[in-house]
Amino acid sequence: MNISFTPEELLFRDQVRDFLNKRAPAAVKHKQTAGLRLDKHDMVAWQQSLFEEGWAGINWPVEHGGSGWNATQKYIFFDEASKANMPRIVPFGLNMVAPVIYKFGNEEQQKRFLPDILSSKVWWCQGYSEPNAGSDLASLSTKAELQGDHYFVNGTKTWTTLAQYADWIFCLVRTDNSGRKQQGISFLLINMNSPGISLQPIITIDGQHEVNEVHFDNVQVPANNLIGEEGKGWTYAKVLLTHERTGIARVAESKQRFCLLQARIKELQDTPDQPHVNSVFMARVMAVEIDLVSLEYTELRVLSSIATGNAPGPESSILKILGTELQQAIDELFLDLSGLHALPFVPDQYSLGYAGDNLEPHYAANTAPHYYNNRKVSIYGGSNEIQKNIIAKQILGF
Amino acid sequence: MDFSLSDDQTMMQDIVKRFISQEYGFETRQSLLTTKQGYSEDMWQTFAEMGWLALPIDDQYGGLGGTIIDTMLLQIELGKGLVLEPFFATAIHSASLLSKVANDDVKQQWLPKIAAGETKFAVAYAEQNSSFQVTQCATSASVTGTGYLLQGKKCVVLGAPSADQLLVTANTDTGLGVFVVDPSLAGISFNNYATNDGHRAAEITFDQVEVLTSARLDSGTNAQSAFDASRDEAIVALAAEALGIMQKLLAATGEHLHTRQQFGRKIGEFQVLQHRVADMFMALESTQSLLYYAALKIASNADDRNRATSMVKVKLAQTSRLVGQTAVQLHGGMGITDELDVGHYFKRLTCINALMGSGDQHMQRLLNHAA
Ligand SMILES: Cc1cc2nc3c(=O)[nH]c(=O)nc-3n(C[C@H](O)[C@H](O)[C@H](O)COP(=O)(O)OP(=O)(O)OC[C@H]3O[C@@H](n4cnc5c(N)ncnc54)[C@H](O)[C@@H]3O)c2cc1C
Repeated sequence: MNISFTPEELLFRDQVRDFLNKRAPAAVKHKQTAGLRLDKHDMVAWQQSLFEEGWAGINWPVEHGGSGWNATQKYIFFDEASKANMPRIVPFGLNMVAPVIYKFGNEEQQKRFLPDILSSKVWWCQGYSEPNAGSDLASLSTKAELQGDHYFVNGTKTWTTLAQYADWIFCLVRTDNSGRKQQGISFLLINMNSPGISLQPIITIDGQHEVNEVHFDNVQVPANNLIGEEGKGWTYAKVLLTHERTGIARVAESKQRFCLLQARIKELQDTPDQPHVNSVFMARVMAVEIDLVSLEYTELRVLSSIATGNAPGPESSILKILGTELQQAIDELFLDLSGLHALPFVPDQYSLGYAGDNLEPHYAANTAPHYYNNRKVSIYGGSNEIQKNIIAKQILGF
Repeated sequence: MDFSLSDDQTMMQDIVKRFISQEYGFETRQSLLTTKQGYSEDMWQTFAEMGWLALPIDDQYGGLGGTIIDTMLLQIELGKGLVLEPFFATAIHSASLLSKVANDDVKQQWLPKIAAGETKFAVAYAEQNSSFQVTQCATSASVTGTGYLLQGKKCVVLGAPSADQLLVTANTDTGLGVFVVDPSLAGISFNNYATNDGHRAAEITFDQVEVLTSARLDSGTNAQSAFDASRDEAIVALAAEALGIMQKLLAATGEHLHTRQQFGRKIGEFQVLQHRVADMFMALESTQSLLYYAALKIASNADDRNRATSMVKVKLAQTSRLVGQTAVQLHGGMGITDELDVGHYFKRLTCINALMGSGDQHMQRLLNHAA
């Protein structure tokens, strides 16, 4: 048992710091520090700066351009990037579809898709959920029928995050209705510019356009966009879902947000007579800090177990539940710290170039929308109820 | 011991219920949200005709002389409709403060107008660093030859954009003062905005604003205790509104569990979800009990009244979060869409929590009280 860094690891940390200081895009850093909203361009610029460093494929195998980092290096990278206030990496291309392509795609597909994913030239979105297939994903009904060398796709995907930015969508589609529902599912890559695809924005309770309904009306897709074998899509997707669940814990990000919270608390404590920081509130802050330390060590234990060759088990579900609960607990603390000042709804204040009056403290009016939006984290990526079902099944064996 | 309602109370409840379900559906509310004003002036007049604006006001000032229980019942039903009209700011908070702080002439001047729907008020008390201890007030009122000069800035003044008159707290040479101020006076500027539950509010700056001596309704300990008492009444009214919202969320969630199917069955058949509904139910029942407790303590001495309202506010901080978050969670992705009413109830609950002191502040008040 040893968690201190080796001299090589410390050297690596310095390299990461140097990169974040000097080569990560300044405009993105500025927006993040000022609490302003990022647009597509910002997210791409950040990821491209990683690509130029050779660091875009954090989990990728080296032969496909991966960074070749071990678990400790990944931990150091995410920790430093969060401390430097950099945004999370948009997962759909780099972390979700890429592993499926390099594990199960053929060589032609790997050549065709992986380079543009690695360089963030192409934006991907995830087309799994449907109006009637949420938690019960395997009941999905978007149909793909093979006619000659094309599939014809019909159906509706929903909750598709940032589909409005996407060039490509990876979909689970039904190619067979005859057997068990998991068996007739295939993994298909679809160009978003294909005729017959239309988007309908879904506005969330924070007033933002982040998710969409994607309609497929007889969309023609070349058969060589099918990954692996027909009917095996469910197996491929399951591999990917485990990836999604650990990533979703966002421990480094929660640590950073907690630091920010502490800084805000400090500012207020230095203000005479401020009403929000009292000992009752501070006891809640401390309880969250305890959970944060616990979660970080749980994550480290999982990582070290994976590094010694074990497959991620129910721990990935634990990380998903505890990680998302922690994010939401931090949201509540920010909200309560803001008191009444959380009430104004002034989304424009968080756009670059806003010319109106800024309400003070600047962060306060964003705490409620953030809290509202982040209720999603216990719903998506396999809801927390579903995760508990998985954990219980593994413990109880039925 | 009798917690049953009188016939009049039941009748009123039914009338409000019917009005909300027939005239104030979610669609109507959503279309009001997008108007410039953010509510309907016609609805406001209807509220006046129905006697709801007059309900909390004494009969000698044009009101109906309703009790806090009547107000509570009204608020529960209005909560279910998520009404956007500035009812809380005018008919609850301002009317209560006016009736406690003003002399008879001033009450005769304004309360009948509130009851009749002719005049709207807003209470400008919160500031950057003092949203709970009203005496920690940086806005000042300095004495001049003819009256006072107001200087300072107020934050998140609910209902301010539509208010015809403001009740402003400011420090005077004789302690905290409450002033009635015409918002069109020179030196007053507004920064209006919507709040995230769809209501309207403003930051108000008072820059060398001259008011007459008569604008000062009262000051010192009288003004302070009037403010404190009106805040306690406001807390009861808000908790009642929150209870109505929680009842609505429980019903909506139950309905969803009956209709949404996953894994080939109604999701309500999953026992974990049944237990979550049971938790919601227990949460709102315990809130309702403390709400009654606080309402019945409103007429007690200040200490008992403070204690009771702090208790309900602390409870509400827990239960409104539990009920709001569970409702959203059990609706899945639908729960966080703007299209569904559930998210809007959740947002209003969240904002109610931040009004009139947070749960933590009230817990601290209880601890201080017990020390
Ligand atoms: C903001 C957001 C972004 C998303 N982005 C994407 C995306 O990019 N791509 C994509 O494909 N999907 C995406 N999703 C969809 C997400 O994965 C689904 O919302 C999720 O799987 C839940 O499905 P549902 O919303 O249909 O809820 P339902 O499955 O209807 O669940 C409703 C409630 O029932 C509970 N429940 C269901 N079954 C059980 C059970 N067996 N036992 C106990 N409880 C149960 C759930 O936990 C939930 O509380 C996103 C969702 C959100 C909210």
